[in-house]
Amino acid sequence: MTTLRLGQMILKDCGEKSWRLADYEARGGYQALRRVLQEQWPPERIVEEVKASALRGRGGAGFPTGLKWSFMPRQFPGEKYVVCNSDEGEPGTFKDRDILRYNPHSVIEGMTLAAYAMGASRGYNYIHGEIYEVYERFEEAIAEARAAGYLGENILGSGFSFELYAHLGYGAYICGEETALLESIEGKKGQPRFKPPFPASYGLYGRPTTINNTETFASIPFLLTMGGEAFHRLGKPNNGGMKIFSVSGHVNRPGNYELPLGTPFAKLLELAGGVRGGRRLKAVIPGGSSTPVLPAAVMMECTLDYDSLAKAGSMLGSGAVIVMDETTCMVRALERLSYFYYEESCGQCTPCREGTGWLYRVVHRIERGEGRSEDLDLLQRVTTQIMGRTICALGEAASLPVQSFINHFRDEFLHHIEKKCCLVPREVQRAGSEIAVEA
Amino acid sequence: MLTLEIDGQRVTVEDGATVMDAAHRLGIYIPHFCYHKKLSIAASCRMCLVEVEKAPKPVPACATPATNGMRVWTHSPKAVAAQKGVMEFLLINHPLDCPICDQGGECQLQDLAVGYGQSAHCFSEPKRVVADKDLGPLIATFMTRCIHCTRCVRFLMEVGGYQELGQAFRGEHSEIMPFLEQTVRSEISGNIIDLCPVGALTSKPFLYRARTWELTRRRSVSPHDAWGSNVIVQSRFDQVLRVLPFEEESINECWLSDRDRFAYLGLDSTERLTQPLVKRGSEWVAVEWETALQVAVNRLNDVRAQEEGGRVAVLAHPMATVEELFLARTLAETLEGECDARLRQSSGRADSAREGAAWLNSTISEIAAFDGQWFLGSDLRRHLPLMAVRVRTAARRGAYLVAWSWVADEWRVPGLEWSLWTPATMGAALAKVALVVARRAGDDGALPRWVAEWAADAALSEEGTVALVQRLERCQRRRIWLGEGLLAHPQAAELEFLAGVVATRIGATVGWLVEGANAVGAAAVGANGAQSASELVAEPRAAYVLLHAEPEDFLVPQQAVEAFSRARTVVALSAFASASLRETADVLLPVTPFTETSGSFVNIEGRVQPFTAVVRPRGESRPGWRVLAALTTLLGREARFASTEAVRGAALREGWRERLATKPIARPPVGVPALERVEPAAVFRWYQTDPIVRRSTALAACTEEE
Repeated sequence: MTTLRLGQMILKDCGEKSWRLADYEARGGYQALRRVLQEQWPPERIVEEVKASALRGRGGAGFPTGLKWSFMPRQFPGEKYVVCNSDEGEPGTFKDRDILRYNPHSVIEGMTLAAYAMGASRGYNYIHGEIYEVYERFEEAIAEARAAGYLGENILGSGFSFELYAHLGYGAYICGEETALLESIEGKKGQPRFKPPFPASYGLYGRPTTINNTETFASIPFLLTMGGEAFHRLGKPNNGGMKIFSVSGHVNRPGNYELPLGTPFAKLLELAGGVRGGRRLKAVIPGGSSTPVLPAAVMMECTLDYDSLAKAGSMLGSGAVIVMDETTCMVRALERLSYFYYEESCGQCTPCREGTGWLYRVVHRIERGEGRSEDLDLLQRVTTQIMGRTICALGEAASLPVQSFINHFRDEFLHHIEKKCCLVPREVQRAGSEIAVEA
Repeated sequence: MLTLEIDGQRVTVEDGATVMDAAHRLGIYIPHFCYHKKLSIAASCRMCLVEVEKAPKPVPACATPATNGMRVWTHSPKAVAAQKGVMEFLLINHPLDCPICDQGGECQLQDLAVGYGQSAHCFSEPKRVVADKDLGPLIATFMTRCIHCTRCVRFLMEVGGYQELGQAFRGEHSEIMPFLEQTVRSEISGNIIDLCPVGALTSKPFLYRARTWELTRRRSVSPHDAWGSNVIVQSRFDQVLRVLPFEEESINECWLSDRDRFAYLGLDSTERLTQPLVKRGSEWVAVEWETALQVAVNRLNDVRAQEEGGRVAVLAHPMATVEELFLARTLAETLEGECDARLRQSSGRADSAREGAAWLNSTISEIAAFDGQWFLGSDLRRHLPLMAVRVRTAARRGAYLVAWSWVADEWRVPGLEWSLWTPATMGAALAKVALVVARRAGDDGALPRWVAEWAADAALSEEGTVALVQRLERCQRRRIWLGEGLLAHPQAAELEFLAGVVATRIGATVGWLVEGANAVGAAAVGANGAQSASELVAEPRAAYVLLHAEPEDFLVPQQAVEAFSRARTVVALSAFASASLRETADVLLPVTPFTETSGSFVNIEGRVQPFTAVVRPRGESRPGWRVLAALTTLLGREARFASTEAVRGAALREGWRERLATKPIARPPVGVPALERVEPAAVFRWYQTDPIVRRSTALAACTEEE
């Protein structure tokens, strides 16, 4: 079963065999790096191109990449690092896995270019612990790149050196938080650091560090090949380039679809074969489990880009589109999500450690038919007590689903509380789960 | 400098200061749990959230850097809402078992819950329960109460110098625990009891003994090492129930060693003497004070009448007060005998050869400022636990630290170059270093002949020697420390001379890590003679007067037992009577320990610290200074003082400080002694250093665990 459905840029012409260096070079790989090194681009030029491209962080927060790179103190003496965040743990997201699986060299090239732009000499790719074969493949890709002179000392005879290491995580969701990821690389328990200082001034081993998502790095070679402006025009204003959407849930053809930013959701749904069994769309989580859910009517009007979804009250996040049809019990769906955040809280700061457990238990109670009339207000209050008061964004990640599910599907929650049962009859839910999807 | 405004008040702070620091400056209290001024910032409890102008979210005051023109509100509705929210989270899984919790009444969570908690809660789920942990004989755990502030974790790592606790597991399942199969062995572990803002870590010996509000508190000075840590002694019904640190930044900061904290248990030992005892035949008979004093005087007079001069020795433990030691010296003079308080020094040669008395030769605060420190013959972590803390601070600042020790225990000082020697090989190596620096200075010809002979045996390469010297010379402030082990060494004078040769040529100063709460005081009042107490028992005298000293306190306890057994009479002024003392003494006069008398100690940095009694004398026991004054008077020399202040005035006369040494021995005494008595000195007997410590059951349990 493949999850790669449509590639137009990073995943273009990719398949099971596309990961080798020779294949990547045949697709035009490492041309950007060659050009930059041969033409001896000033590093600032790369940063300017990235700024012009309106490339925004693909990991979830959507922070402008060029701006982030410009924070890096290039002239700071000593070691500086670039770190790739491949700790893809957000439920619903599986795009980085496919990038590393089918086109790892694009990440290597992107990181090398980033290192050149920011004066870094060492890089780490932190790979999620549960995709071991991807980690092994990435190690092989590094070896290929090093053998071909794209990595290591004096790359392509330019005098520029960059060493890249793969680092296998252990599967903790929190290690996807950039400072927790740094702690984890350092060999410590993966717990987020308090910011400021930000990684650009105090990062890995206390050195200036830039962390970007896998897809962000993988976009860089394409961006530099076509030019920042052209990349920007691929998408829409302030939302440059292509984005890989991981579609999961109740669609006929789940998988990764690489589309220009600004593509209407309806188009994506159509590409994904529509809602399975011809059922009605109920709700969509547009950007991974931590982003607020949107009801079908709202979602069908949205285009897939950072600004449109923000306007609709949600986020593009990591581009993990979770589609739910009418057979879905929203209380049960939320219970599952809340359990995830309860289990994945690192336990460092009080609101998240104590609050996520409280949220889960109350939602769980409602789902079991033991909810009380005051519970929805209680959930609302607990989420506001968590949000904005934690060290990292996991507090928000745990709270936003709770708020949005109750906000948009209050009737289902009330039904659970008052009638002690689900608004969607059990048999409908069961029937829904038995529909087969295309492999 | 930055100027900001907190709650409408303007304040100026240094660059790098946090909002919390600025608030402290103004005397504004911001509630907090994980923040502690002496520890790194965790910013994890979130209790100190405050509102900052233009910040979208409340920020933690402990971790937010102050900036120019910043406007902060610590008690605005937004800030208080955040603080109350955090408090609610902290309380949902807290057992709220205050009525049976030892921390009740002195609990930070309890106190803040009054201000920020609700009287009822709406958390109706089952509460978390966490298994307790075994943290050794000193610390009791109730981990269900833990609020995960990680102060204990950070303390042991940063101040203790070695990670012994950590936060295992994730999220709600997080637990503070030691490493598998391990416990906490830090010599300053008791501080985590004070640091714990809830009742998760409490004192095991104090557990369920009393409520905090029932206790009487008095300030005192710890008598268990030369540091002179300031303590608060808490008691009820004239029984000492707990000892806590009294914050004195220039001495013990806010810490206390486990020895200072838990030694008080020894005060209640069953071996406490509460009545004067006189030996009749082989039986001990309780008598009145008058009788006992008369018996003692008669016996001492007998010896005086029959023997030649120098036959009575007054031997005092260096934990005796300034007043007691001064009167001990007066007593010795009256008896035409000798007096000494250096129970664990092989000889008095070094002190006699040196100009002035051994002491730290700087203030305690300065220790962390020496960026090059070389320790010779010390078991520092156990000998002066709080000095080790200061040395760790120096290490954090990048100091170059070398330790030559003959006790196989590293000090938990990060970056310390620690190496193990024997008392003999260290002498040879030190001679080698001295020879190398002297040769370089072109004056090795002036060194005594034995230096070259010793250096020939050195297990230290020429390059190693040069590297060490050069590394030290690159430092700005160089210090060579002569450890308690070196001072106890039979060749202490030679070793000190060698260290001095090095010190003068590389521009280092020398400090002495003396042993005993009042070791400096003893020297200051002239209570030490030409020969050390060890020598005075090695060459037995006809009679001994012991002050707070038992045979176990001597360098070679067996030698002391033999000397006392052979003596015609032994009068012991002691708070306790060990089996060996009962065996060897003839008169036992119960004198009070430090908690039951006033007095003063001169600590290692030469600071006179007076203290008063904390509880009433137990039974018939009397303050040592009164007993000594009475004995002296009965022996025919007027020694009447109204108070310890009066004694102190006579003891520490103006100018006594000038008798403190500034330079090591410049000319070693003739005749290098043999090394036959070295090995016993090699081991610093942890938790055996004085009669009170030895009787503390909790500390004894720690020693057994070792």
